[in-house]
Amino acid sequence: MSVLLTAVATLGAIGAGSAAILYMVGQRFKVEEDPRIQEVQDALPAANCGGCGFPGCASFASACVKAESMENLLCPVGGQNTMDKVAAILGRKAPVAAKKIAVIRCNGTCESRPRLNLYDGASSCTIASALYGGDTGCSFGCLGLGDCVDSCTFDAIHINPLTMLPEVVEDKCTACGACVKACPKDIIELRKQGPKSRRIYVSCVNKDKGGVAKKACDVACIGCSKCQQVCPFEAITIENNLAFIDDDKCRLCRKCVQVCPTKSILELNFPPRKETPPAPKEEEATVTA
Amino acid sequence: MLKTFRIGGIHPKEQKISAGKAIQTIALPGQVIIPLSQHIGAPCQPVVKKGDTVKVGTLIGKAVGFVSANIHSSVSGTVLKIDKALDASGYKRDAVYIKVEGDEWEASIDRSPALIKECILTPGEILQKIAAAGIVGMGGATFPTQVKLTPPPGAKPEILIINGVECEPWLTSDHQLMMEKVDEILVGVTIVMKALNVQKAIIGIENNKQDAIRLFSEKVKGYPLITIQPLKVQYPQGGEKQLIDALTGRQVGSGALPISVGAVVQNVGTLFAIYEAVQKNKPLIERVVTVTGKEVKQPCNVLSRVGIPMNDLIDMAGGMPETTGKVVSGGPMMGKALPDTDIPVTKGTSGILLIPTLEAKRKAMKDCIRCAKCISICPMGLNPTLNLRKSPCAYYSNFHLT
Repeated sequence: MSVLLTAVATLGAIGAGSAAILYMVGQRFKVEEDPRIQEVQDALPAANCGGCGFPGCASFASACVKAESMENLLCPVGGQNTMDKVAAILGRKAPVAAKKIAVIRCNGTCESRPRLNLYDGASSCTIASALYGGDTGCSFGCLGLGDCVDSCTFDAIHINPLTMLPEVVEDKCTACGACVKACPKDIIELRKQGPKSRRIYVSCVNKDKGGVAKKACDVACIGCSKCQQVCPFEAITIENNLAFIDDDKCRLCRKCVQVCPTKSILELNFPPRKETPPAPKEEEATVTA
Repeated sequence: MLKTFRIGGIHPKEQKISAGKAIQTIALPGQVIIPLSQHIGAPCQPVVKKGDTVKVGTLIGKAVGFVSANIHSSVSGTVLKIDKALDASGYKRDAVYIKVEGDEWEASIDRSPALIKECILTPGEILQKIAAAGIVGMGGATFPTQVKLTPPPGAKPEILIINGVECEPWLTSDHQLMMEKVDEILVGVTIVMKALNVQKAIIGIENNKQDAIRLFSEKVKGYPLITIQPLKVQYPQGGEKQLIDALTGRQVGSGALPISVGAVVQNVGTLFAIYEAVQKNKPLIERVVTVTGKEVKQPCNVLSRVGIPMNDLIDMAGGMPETTGKVVSGGPMMGKALPDTDIPVTKGTSGILLIPTLEAKRKAMKDCIRCAKCISICPMGLNPTLNLRKSPCAYYSNFHLT
């Protein structure tokens, strides 16, 4: 009996001693954390996607609290609502940022971009692009092996089995930018989502000369600069035989879409065009004049 | 007991069906495409422009930076354009297009077949000539040779190792070159020994090339500092680290260069090119290419100028068999599948292998049962089963091109 008592007493004493030491250490080295960090973190979506540029929601929250103003701080997943909440907690005002979305700048479907060889290696765009230019004549275009699909935390990008090209699910895409980083060909771009999700972009990244690009793919940008000339807002620049539309300047007038000879400029979510009476009228006018 | 490297290694079926086929020279085509990047390192700067006339051996691309190699015209004619062209890298890169007119060589090149044994140049002059001739490692890695022959400060080369192993199945270009150019190769060895100031050279030849071992053992009697070492047939004995281990027993550490154990390794093809550059002033403009494959009608060893399209070489071997499913530049183990056969031959093209469709396709991957066979053959002492689990490849099975 006495053995039992001794054991209980000894263990109890050790336990009490350790608890006292732990309590003292805890008091002595206590870290005062700003309680607002936890509040901000609770307001964030907790996706930990890294789209804000920080390793996770927790570090973004502490960065928000430490920062002087809300400039350059944006949670792309939560968007304006979340940033307004965060700003309210911190007693600041969040700048208004346009919502962005990922766009795939390649439209080389199986019909428009014939396959010249068969890739039989590991199913990874990164590995394939390290080996060669791809299974079509275009060495800039989408390889269709789905590194972007693997990188997406939100299930917002899928390969269409008919075209072998990725497609973005607009409602799910948070513009976190993971797919942009994953794509070895630099095809995916974050662009302004635009009013009513309407946007216009050049769906090609081919920098080859016009003839070479056209031979490889029917819908390649050939750098003809017709769109640049027709654009009333100087939103289009041409560099290395490739057109680019600046979404800050673009006013969605769709003139460039009409003049593009290879249909490489895409318009999304626009209502169907009305019959175009003005264009032939103008032509007639010039003829008669 | 024949020497070999200490861990791992396999002996794939040799398939050297083009062995013993004399080297044939291929006729010049109407146009050649000479890529400006045929080596590891910075691409060359073109020094010709559209409309220029060039001769065989005229400098057309100048080396930029330390790790880079000059590129010379392999034909005489007119420069058509400098434009992008698909090369063995699988990407379009800058290349010089030349229309072939006649076959006129630069006057400085000595084209007589006479053997010149004596080399009176200083080591510095030898290195200059090698650099000017644009010589790169011809085993396939295409590392600029003058860089390899310039030891970093503090390192002292002690031994020159000559790679006559040709451990890749199917390929016979080095073997045939050794049979036909033995004297030139041995003079090349003495030149490199002089440039490096080493007193010892070993030529490693695998035991499946008995004729080459006999020939070299006979010829080497006139060169007291050079020895021949037959080696057990084992892949990848042609790898630098494995060959040094097999011949000297020294091990090169992880991430270290062969010079750290006092060794410099050169391929027999490179030594022949060095001989021609130093003694005959001939830049590197042609090489021996094995064209082979299971269903190829006439497997052969072809002496091809740089820039000739691979199609011409395939035609020389009896044309592309209809069943061909994959064309590989180099050997089946380390070679690279090509996206097109219009690609020009470059300094690093050791072979063209045509694989029938049935054998070309990758087999479906099975689950690893950790039988450890891969561990027992890995020459680098790695554990591939762990690599498989660590690598993102393990996830890629969910998506396949059909």
